[in-house]
Amino acid sequence: METLLTVFFNVEIMKKVWPFLLQGLGMTVVLSLVVIPLGLAGGLGIAILSSLQRRWLNRVLIVYVDFFRAFPPLVLLIFIYFGFPFLQIDLPKFAAVALGFFLNTSSYFGEIFRAGFESIPRGQLEAARSTGLTRWQALVSVVIPQATRNVLPDLISNTLEVIKLTSLASVVALPELLNNARQAQALTYNATPVVLAALMYLLLLWPIVRLLSRLEHKSIALH
Amino acid sequence: MNPVVNVPPTMSTLDRFLFSFFNPDIAGRYWKAIAEGFVTTTWLGVTVIITGLVVGLALAVARAQHVKPLNFCIIVFADVFRALPPLVIIIILFFAFPYIEMAMSAFTATWLSLSLVLAAFAEEIFWAGILAVPKGQWEAARSTGMSRLETLQHVVLPQAVRMTVPPLTNRVMAITKGTALGSVVALHEILNVSSSASSESGNATPLLVGACAYLILFIPFVWFGRWIETRFAWKR
Amino acid sequence: MKQDLPPILELKGLVKSFGALQVLKGIDFSVQPGELAFIIGPSGSGKSTLLRCCNRLEEPDGGSVTVDGIDITAPGVDINRLRQKIGMVFQSFNLYPHMTALGNVTLALRKVQGMDKATADAKGRAALERVGLTDKADAYPNQLSGGQQQRVGIARSLALEPLIVLFDEPTSALDPELVGGVLKVMRELRESGMTMVVVSHEMAFARAAADRVVFMDQGQIVEQGPPEEVFGNPKHARLREFLATLADRH
Repeated sequence: METLLTVFFNVEIMKKVWPFLLQGLGMTVVLSLVVIPLGLAGGLGIAILSSLQRRWLNRVLIVYVDFFRAFPPLVLLIFIYFGFPFLQIDLPKFAAVALGFFLNTSSYFGEIFRAGFESIPRGQLEAARSTGLTRWQALVSVVIPQATRNVLPDLISNTLEVIKLTSLASVVALPELLNNARQAQALTYNATPVVLAALMYLLLLWPIVRLLSRLEHKSIALH
Repeated sequence: MNPVVNVPPTMSTLDRFLFSFFNPDIAGRYWKAIAEGFVTTTWLGVTVIITGLVVGLALAVARAQHVKPLNFCIIVFADVFRALPPLVIIIILFFAFPYIEMAMSAFTATWLSLSLVLAAFAEEIFWAGILAVPKGQWEAARSTGMSRLETLQHVVLPQAVRMTVPPLTNRVMAITKGTALGSVVALHEILNVSSSASSESGNATPLLVGACAYLILFIPFVWFGRWIETRFAWKR
Repeated sequence: MKQDLPPILELKGLVKSFGALQVLKGIDFSVQPGELAFIIGPSGSGKSTLLRCCNRLEEPDGGSVTVDGIDITAPGVDINRLRQKIGMVFQSFNLYPHMTALGNVTLALRKVQGMDKATADAKGRAALERVGLTDKADAYPNQLSGGQQQRVGIARSLALEPLIVLFDEPTSALDPELVGGVLKVMRELRESGMTMVVVSHEMAFARAAADRVVFMDQGQIVEQGPPEEVFGNPKHARLREFLATLADRH
C-alpha cells in the first residue's frame, strides 16, 4: 500500500511536475482548438458536396471518407511525419500532427453530417425552394440547423474522440500532456506524473462523457 | 527523430519518389516481418473484440439487475474508460505497473487496455439498447411468469441487440484500429515493424507496405459498417 | 374571374417521365386570373407531378410553363425570384420544425427579399392573421395541430404575395375534424380573388368553390368543365368510373 502511494500518488513529485504538466495540458487544448473546428468545417464541406448528388463527386468523397476512416490515426500521423521528408516536404511538427488528425477527423465528421442531412425529409428542402430560397440559402437556414440538432450526440461523441486523439501527438514528441507526463516519469523514475496526467484527462473529459450518456439514452429511446 | 533520408543525390524527382516509396528491393527485404506484424495485429484485434464485447454485455446485463452499489461501480468504470485516451491507459499499464511489481508484456498491456475501453463503450451501447425496449415488453414477459433474467435473455436482449448493431460496429472498428498504439510499447505489430524497418533502411517503402496492410485489414470493416447502416435504414 | 385577360399560368405540351414511365403526356392547361381550378383523378394520374412542374420542383422534360407571361422553363430565368410569385402548399405541410410559425412565414422574406426583421415580422403577422392564427405566431410546429400547421403553410406562401397558389392535396394528411378549418381558409382566399390550382379529393369543396374541375388520368387531361357539368353529367367513361368509386367509398 505504501509503495502504491509513493509510486503512483507521490505528493512531492506531483508538486514538482505540476507546472510542466499544465504546460502540456495547454498544448493539448490548443491542438484540440485547432483540429476540432477544422474537422467540423471539413466534415460539413463533405456533407454539403455530397448533397449535390453528383455521381463522380460522390465517389471521390466516399473514397476519401472510407480511406481515412480505415487508417488508424497513429499510422496516418507516422506516415505524414516520417514519410513526408522523403518527398522533401518539411512540415513543422505541429502542422504534421494537425494535418494527420484533420484527415481522420474530417472524414468522421463528414459521415456524421451526411447522416444528419439524410435525416431531413425531402419536403423541407422543397418547401424552402418553393418560396424562392436558393439551394445554398435552404441548406444554411433549413437543412443544416435541423441536421446538426439531429446528430448532436454523434458530433459531441466524435469531439470527445478528437480530444483523446491528441494524446497520440506524444509519439512524435509534440509537447502535449501525455508527452510531458512521460518525460517527467523518465526523469523522476516514478509513475506519479502519468497518473496525474490521467487524472487531468479525466477532469477535462468526464463532463463530456456524462453529457453524452444523457443525450444518447434520450436519442435511442426516441427511435 | 526523422530517419536518415537515404537517396542517391543524382536522381530526378520522380525517380527519387519511386525509389523512396515503391522500392521492390526494400519491400522484398521486409515483407515477411511486416506479414508477421499483420498476424499480431489481427490476433490482438480479435481478442480485444471478443473480450470487450463479452465484458460489455455482461456489465449491461448486471446493470439491468438494478443493484444500486453495483450499478454505481459499473457507471464509474464506463465513465473512466470512455474518458481516458487509450494510449494513456496502455502507458500506465506497461510503464507504471512494473513499479509495483506488476510487469506485463506489451501484448497483454495493449490487449487489456483496449478491451477495457471497448467494454466501457459496449456496456453503454447495450444499456441504451436495453432502455430503448418499451416497458410493456418487460411487463408482458413478467406477467407470464418469466424471471427478470429470462425476460432479459428471451425478450429484451434480442430486441436491444438489433438496435445496437450500427453504433457497435463503428465503435468496434475505432477501437480495433487502436491496436496500432501497441507500437508505442514496442509490440511488434504492423506499425511498429514497418516504421522501424523504414528507419533502418532509410526508405519509406516499408511504411507504405504497412499502410496497405492496414487497408486490407480495415477497408472490409468500413464497408461492412456502410452495409449495416443502409440495411438498418430500410427497416426503420 | 377575368376571361379576357391573359392567363396567369399556361402549360403547353408539358411532358415528364420518371425513367421509362411517362407521367405527363403532353398537357395543355391554362388558368385565368382569379380562377380556382380543381384537379381530380386517380392516384398515379400525374396530378401532383403536374403541380410540381409549375414551379419546377420537378423539371419538365418538354413543353413550356408560362407564369404571368414569363416562360419559367427558359434557360437563364431566375427561378428563385419567380417562385416567390408561385406559392405552394404541401400535403405534409413541410413546416420547418426548428422555427416558430412566424419564423416559418418570414424566412423567405428575410433571406430572399432581404427585408429587415421588423418589416418581415409585420408582414408575417398579417399573413398569419389571414389564416386566423395571430395568437400562434410564437408557437413551434410541434405545438400546433395538423390543421393549424397547414394554415401556417398557407400563410408562408401568402406572405410573399404570390400571383397564384398551388395546393398539393392540402387536407389529405389531416384528421377529418381538422379539414374544415383549412378549407375555410382556402375559401376565404378564393373570395379575395386569389388564383388557385388545387389537387385534392375534397369533392364537396370542389362543387362549392371551384370554377373549373379538371379530370386527369394516365398523364392526360381527359375532361374539364364547370363542377356541375363534370360531376352532374360526366361524359367520359373513365371519369364516370372514378366518380363511382369515390361514391362507394363514402
